[in-house]
Amino acid sequence: MSVEQITQKVIDILRGYVKDSALLEKATQETHILKDLKVNSARLVDIIIKCEDVFGTSIDDDEADRIATIGDAVLLIQQKAA
Amino acid sequence: MKRRAVVTGMGVVAPNGHGLDRFAEALRAGRSGIRHIPELAQLNFACQVGGIPEGFDAIRQRYFDHEKLLSLNDNIGYASVAAVDAWTDAGFAVPEAEDDRVDWETGVIAGSGIGGMDTIARTVVPMVNEGKVRRMGSRIVEQVMNSGTSARIAGLLALGNQVTSNSSACSTGNEAVIEAAARIRLGLATRMLAGGSEGASPYIWAGFDAMRVICRKFNDRPEEASRPMSASAAGFVPGAGGAFLLLEELESALTRGVRIYAEVLGGMVNCGGHRMGGTITAPNPEGVMRCVRGAVADAGISPREIDAINGHLTATYADPVEVKNWSAALGRGPKDFPWINSTKSMIGHCLGAAGAIECVAVVLQLRGGFVHPSLNCGDLHPEIAPYEGKIPHSAVACPDLKVVAKAGFGFGDVNSCLIFRKWEQ
Repeated sequence: MSVEQITQKVIDILRGYVKDSALLEKATQETHILKDLKVNSARLVDIIIKCEDVFGTSIDDDEADRIATIGDAVLLIQQKAA
Repeated sequence: MKRRAVVTGMGVVAPNGHGLDRFAEALRAGRSGIRHIPELAQLNFACQVGGIPEGFDAIRQRYFDHEKLLSLNDNIGYASVAAVDAWTDAGFAVPEAEDDRVDWETGVIAGSGIGGMDTIARTVVPMVNEGKVRRMGSRIVEQVMNSGTSARIAGLLALGNQVTSNSSACSTGNEAVIEAAARIRLGLATRMLAGGSEGASPYIWAGFDAMRVICRKFNDRPEEASRPMSASAAGFVPGAGGAFLLLEELESALTRGVRIYAEVLGGMVNCGGHRMGGTITAPNPEGVMRCVRGAVADAGISPREIDAINGHLTATYADPVEVKNWSAALGRGPKDFPWINSTKSMIGHCLGAAGAIECVAVVLQLRGGFVHPSLNCGDLHPEIAPYEGKIPHSAVACPDLKVVAKAGFGFGDVNSCLIFRKWEQ
């Protein structure tokens, strides 16, 4: 799966957790999930579970702790798929 | 000057109707919300009927976005819809999530009897037992904590005064209204949303079925199953739903120039101490009478001013005792007894929501000038028969209805009684 495809799927996952979906229209790899998208920090665990389901992988807690931006998530998923 | 608490908004999700208009019409028509529940039959419940608000999934989707819906089990869903309805009914707008202003003068007391049992039973227990705690996600605690309802409502409406959830079994809804009115009368809040909710779940109702206290004899005739005051009463019918009243300090309501439905004239809660005939499941009659008298005294009225009683009246052996206690507490025998009815005859016993839904029923009767019928008691219990003339079997027009007493009695020998007076300029 290409970086673009992974990024689009991550954005689709995030859509269910942002109050203002317009924020996702201009999202980039540098977009911070909590600060820029205003996602409730408690919901990060739900986003991780969703990523595991969508990408058919498992993400342990230490790996999850390193995800701050969309790019962090994309990179992690890409590494796991490799 | 004594501060007074009045009702300026209401919301209700009941088994026989969502919204004030539908609920009022159902009350007036004597429309039952009791239906056969196939899941109870599949699970071998002796009682296979219940009162569950119809079409609620579609209703909640009209109120809340996808993100919020993920956190709303039935208990919190009923509460949230009813609270939003009460808020808008009182003339307020639901604030945008991005609006950072907090209403420090308004709080919420939102009770439930058993609460998030459906989430515990359907999600927590199976996933824990399967070793899948890690995959339960973030929304469990907010749905099973006792304050889940009040917390959710505070967030929806940006409320910043006291936000709490009470629980006192079947007395819960009344207690919330009494506590909220007291807070306003003490000058600690300008407005309080007060009410209760209870989910619809076999896991909530199973314990009652096991106790043989819910109705098992009318599975083939659901609308006849809830029979308060009847000689053939066979136990209560479990129900679900939610209701909220927006209580407001009188001067605030007058300044805003909004419609005032009624005044919470007085209220009282107490406990019979599990003595003098009281137990964990049965009320001490002395406690009940003290509670009723205390509410009347708090209201500053004579017992003779009470025009109608909306009883606890669940359709168990306790109904004749309750009527006797009312009579003794008010000092009014069958000949000069007030009207008495049971909303549970139409909606069943909604447990932690019961008092709240029935308080809304009381205020709607005061506003509409009628006393709603008490269904399924054509065959009155012999000990209640002397009061026959005061028990309506169809709606009675009462344009002069001014003062109504509402009571609730719960497991734990806890009692609550409220006195509402119609608002007249």
